[in-house]
Amino acid sequence: MSAAAAVPIRERAAVQQPFDVEGIRKDFPILHTKVHGHPLVYLDNAATSQKPRTVIDAIVRYYEGENANIHRGVHYLSQIATEEFEKARETVRAFVNAAQASEIIFTRGTTEAINLVAQTYGRAHVGAGDEVLITAMEHHSNIVPWRMLCEEKGAKLRVAPINDAGELLLEEYEKLLGPRTKVVAVAHVSNALGTINPLKRMVAMAHKRGIPVVVDGAQAVPHLAVDVQDLDADFYAFSGHKMYGPTGIGVLYGKHALLDAMPPYQGGGDMISSVTFEKTTYNKLPHKFEAGTPDMAGVAGLKAAIEYMNGIGIAKIAAHEHELLEYATEVVGALPGVRLIGTAREKAGVLSFVLDEVHPHDIGTILDQQGIAVRTGHHCAQPVMERFRIPATVRASFAVYNTRGEVDALVRGLRKVREVFA
Amino acid sequence: MPELRDLYQEVILEHSKAPRNYKEPAGTNHKAEGYNPLCGDRFTVYLEMDGDAIRDIGFQGAGCAISKASASMMTQSVKGKTKAEAHRIFEQFHELVTGHSHEHEAELGKLAVFSGVSEFPMRVKCATLAWHTLEAALEGQQEKVSTE
Repeated sequence: MSAAAAVPIRERAAVQQPFDVEGIRKDFPILHTKVHGHPLVYLDNAATSQKPRTVIDAIVRYYEGENANIHRGVHYLSQIATEEFEKARETVRAFVNAAQASEIIFTRGTTEAINLVAQTYGRAHVGAGDEVLITAMEHHSNIVPWRMLCEEKGAKLRVAPINDAGELLLEEYEKLLGPRTKVVAVAHVSNALGTINPLKRMVAMAHKRGIPVVVDGAQAVPHLAVDVQDLDADFYAFSGHKMYGPTGIGVLYGKHALLDAMPPYQGGGDMISSVTFEKTTYNKLPHKFEAGTPDMAGVAGLKAAIEYMNGIGIAKIAAHEHELLEYATEVVGALPGVRLIGTAREKAGVLSFVLDEVHPHDIGTILDQQGIAVRTGHHCAQPVMERFRIPATVRASFAVYNTRGEVDALVRGLRKVREVFA
Repeated sequence: MPELRDLYQEVILEHSKAPRNYKEPAGTNHKAEGYNPLCGDRFTVYLEMDGDAIRDIGFQGAGCAISKASASMMTQSVKGKTKAEAHRIFEQFHELVTGHSHEHEAELGKLAVFSGVSEFPMRVKCATLAWHTLEAALEGQQEKVSTE
């Protein structure tokens, strides 16, 4: 991961200044919520992050001052809305360093983006007897679309294994890249384990054999500087709501040549250049993949979220979260009876664990009583749970606004769990 | 504010640590599997039916303290009862844990310790998983019961 290379120089300079987490917390209205009489300790960021005031304001501003349908009106508001929409596309392009704005497709989220690739590129290129390669740490959203495709086509879903630390076995992965492999689909960062995959090497291995790689970047973009050109990813999907943006908006990046050759996903308005009852001519990129009126307010919010992250600096966010994760790993890992699930050397954002004799669901309820929000369950990654032979984990996941004090609150909360179950 | 001790009463914690009738009875002639995909809880309920009567009952599986204690205490409360009686107890239990009615609390006896669940709506499914599975076993359903 060439994180440093992707971060603009002015942001690198900002790293030198002390990190003002209390100032950042003031940007997020919801963080002042009291839960059961306790201050909210929000550690469920891998599920969805909270939104800063600027994102909420951008959505309000859109509806109060810019709302009109894009790409078709000649009137004032339609022009403003269209300009803002396309400006946001450019902001996203720069955020992931895509070569062209037309390579940025707005979707409802990561899930829709992956389904789009499976149903268009996948259906056109995967046939009977072919293989799709995923990994053992995928979220259901990067398993099920490929499972569906394989069932439809009579193709085979192959799974690259992971070790006990939750790291991909790179040699096994390379061995599974065979002559029948038509697509590789992999998470950049695992949502259940926090593992950062060696994506650049994985992509290079696949490309050596002419196989394109689809990346589920939902858990990566909030925590790492992502450069799709440096990674050489063919497709890269992510969601707005996990990176301080609104729900219901996400992005599919795709290389222009691949997107251009793909059949459309959904049919409708905006994705066509002309329609008669006999023949439809599809619109050019990116509009070919954006049928119907898009979530324009969501796009405005996503743009504000990227601007918010850039304002702090991705490198600074990453450094703060890394420090928190290290601290949490140390203090939670030191509690008696705790077993950490996912101990990869390269991790981002996620601390998953189980506690002897106490089910994660009970832990979740007891923590909630103290205002602490964690995720308990299988995290939409049931194969990961099976791999570690556990039904569920407790997952604490971090964002830019979390503090060491909140990690301490988690530790106190877990001590309380022990008291209840003593 | 709901109190943790209302939910995690001593009796519940004790049953979750040492569940009763945690076995497959030798004479099992009905069984069903229950699953809560939300949290991964999974139980099998075994019945030895003698006509309409539950002669023996057992369960096995994995789940949280609430679901396990509920399964354990359920087996104690319905053993020796008829199908109709077991159904009636579940109805009363369901009303109790969903907070709809506390009028049968006395009739429910020991099961009344689950009244605190009504303050924790997210945990109602935990408390009722084994009961839904029992109903399926009584009805001879072959399909796995899911709370979702």
